[in-house]
Amino acid sequence: MTTVALKPATMAQALTRALRDAMTADPTVHVMGEDVGTLGGVFRVTDGLAKEFGEDRCTDTPLAEAGILGTAVGMAMYGLRPVVEMQFDAFAYPAFEQLISHVSRMRNRTRGAMPLPITVRVPYGGGIGGVEHHSDSSEAYYMATPGLHVVTPATVADAYGLLRASIASDDPVVFLEPKRLYWSKDTWNPDEPSPVEPIGRAVVRRPGSSATLITYGPSLPVCLEAAEAARTEGWDLEVVDLRSLVPFDDETVCASVRRTGRALVVHESGGYGGPGGEIAARVTERCFHHLEAPVLRVAGFDIPYPPPMLERHHLPGVDRILDAVGRLQWEAEN
Amino acid sequence: MTVMEQRGAYRPTPPPAWQPRTDPAPLLPDAVPYRVLGTEAAAQADPGLLRRLYAQLVSGRRYNAQATALTKQGRLAVYPSTTGQEACEVAAALVLQEQDWLFPSYRDTLAAVARGLDPVQALTLLRGDWHTGYDPREHRIAPLSTPLATQLPHAVGLAHAARLKGDDVVALAMVGDGGTSEGDFHEALNFAAVWQAPVVFLVQNNGFAISVPLAKQTAAPSLAHKAVGYGMPGRLVDGNDAVAVHEVLSEAVRHAREGGGPTLVEAITYRIEAHTNADDATRYRGDSEVEAWRAHDPIALLEHELTERGLIDEAGIQAARDAAEAMAAELRAHMNQDPVLDPMDLFADVYAEPTPQLREQRDQLAAELAAEREGTHS
Repeated sequence: MTTVALKPATMAQALTRALRDAMTADPTVHVMGEDVGTLGGVFRVTDGLAKEFGEDRCTDTPLAEAGILGTAVGMAMYGLRPVVEMQFDAFAYPAFEQLISHVSRMRNRTRGAMPLPITVRVPYGGGIGGVEHHSDSSEAYYMATPGLHVVTPATVADAYGLLRASIASDDPVVFLEPKRLYWSKDTWNPDEPSPVEPIGRAVVRRPGSSATLITYGPSLPVCLEAAEAARTEGWDLEVVDLRSLVPFDDETVCASVRRTGRALVVHESGGYGGPGGEIAARVTERCFHHLEAPVLRVAGFDIPYPPPMLERHHLPGVDRILDAVGRLQWEAEN
Repeated sequence: MTVMEQRGAYRPTPPPAWQPRTDPAPLLPDAVPYRVLGTEAAAQADPGLLRRLYAQLVSGRRYNAQATALTKQGRLAVYPSTTGQEACEVAAALVLQEQDWLFPSYRDTLAAVARGLDPVQALTLLRGDWHTGYDPREHRIAPLSTPLATQLPHAVGLAHAARLKGDDVVALAMVGDGGTSEGDFHEALNFAAVWQAPVVFLVQNNGFAISVPLAKQTAAPSLAHKAVGYGMPGRLVDGNDAVAVHEVLSEAVRHAREGGGPTLVEAITYRIEAHTNADDATRYRGDSEVEAWRAHDPIALLEHELTERGLIDEAGIQAARDAAEAMAAELRAHMNQDPVLDPMDLFADVYAEPTPQLREQRDQLAAELAAEREGTHS
């Protein structure tokens, strides 16, 4: 029996591989965006694609996000499957009108005649020391727009599997890439890429019995670290990685919370009007009689994203998570 | 490294990359709008084309009147009229071939009808029983776009995709004078020029963006001049001269089809009616201005030419009017029937497959409808 030597790969490498495999498998897949061609993207996710597939398949566009997404709409209308890169979370805002007024609703307004299979890749979140406008958690805006899928990987394997699924989807997908995990490594064999994951299924990353941490994207490693640290406090925390914010996997999340009886939502996005409010409401509506405590949220503060030298105070960290776990009314059991 | 070493060599002129790369002169529009009718060139116009344009213009005027009447009767939620702009609407449709694409704004239902779309389908959005009443791919007419100028980058992307595939497809995108102030107008023209996409942009400058006149919209020499900044030709044409609009658009379409890239055409016309039935134009413009434009009517201009050249007689004029009446009667008959609505359609095409959340909401609506039918809803 031979063993395949698994080498560590980064999330960025897995994303590149997903794009390359999708472009190889389907000639209608076109990658477009700012600096994605010759340079290979500012995060190098599109590295080598222009060389391999030509500049018509991996295109450096003018610097105009509405134009990038707007022309992608036209390309999809003609039968192509564009994968658009928005260079940074906060640089995607000029494309909002195209996303909301056309991309998200074209299938609906044409009664299914003209779906738009567009994937919009958005590097998001903080923790990389970025200056102003480079670290936003913009997922709540996308979640609030019917017609979009909102997907975010937290592991190297998922980066591959979920991006392949997003590109294959006949619906538009906002694919949020956690910037600070681009260089995270995992053993992953590019010659046997991970399976294409279905969009819309959460996964339990760490089983536990005391409480459920519900999280996604950049906050997953933080939650796993917190769960390890919590063992010394006697808490055995379960960690659920949502992977998909739309559609939302009520089933997996609620099954976990019903088992543990306590839930905490963790994300970088601001708490007020953020994803955690919706998740807490959903869990409460469905699991009320199983809950030992109110569903709590650990989120970024409701402030404009801080300058890099202060961002560690803003981002949910292990201590803030453990503090919140401590507030899950453990004394009520006695 | 010393300070002197860091300093580069002395060079009074910038390197070549900073020099202008294109001579703008050939891109510039004419000083005055191009005209055919009422000029010597009119004698050269093809009689068949003149008759075809005339029939469509008369029909288009009747369509505008009928749609406006249907709005007053409550059969349409709203109607933005193109009365007075029929030459642009009709010419935009007639210059396209079967495989080409039209990208209309919300005001351009007449162009869609002139391209052959059933008026009932064209008016679905404005009746309000759905958003787009037709399959865009079947007719190669994009959905009527309400957010101004947002359809222009779509036209560019579609034309670009067709060109990459080696298909013979031109996209013609329509926008108004107000829409040229939008960012999407700028981005679409820029992308089109950079990609040399086979697109024709038709700006109908009808004088007003609801109430705001062009003087408050732009300080450009003309809207057609904007083309030069993107590196594409700009053409200025009398938008009420159907023959001139047809000629200029035909040339632009041919130019695009032959790989020459995009063109921006500004057609000077006038919105004879208010913005929509919900607008009161007397608040922002005088009757004398409207009357001056009524005297430069696209149908009268063409009818004069046809009559002068003996290409039409009273019977021919009557025949065009009768055909328009028949179209209007049929439209009326269809529109006076209540549309059949199924509220469950609301959930049908949000996603390829409804999400679990939408399935729950769909069930909720189904239960509400059942209760409503049984009269048990509390």
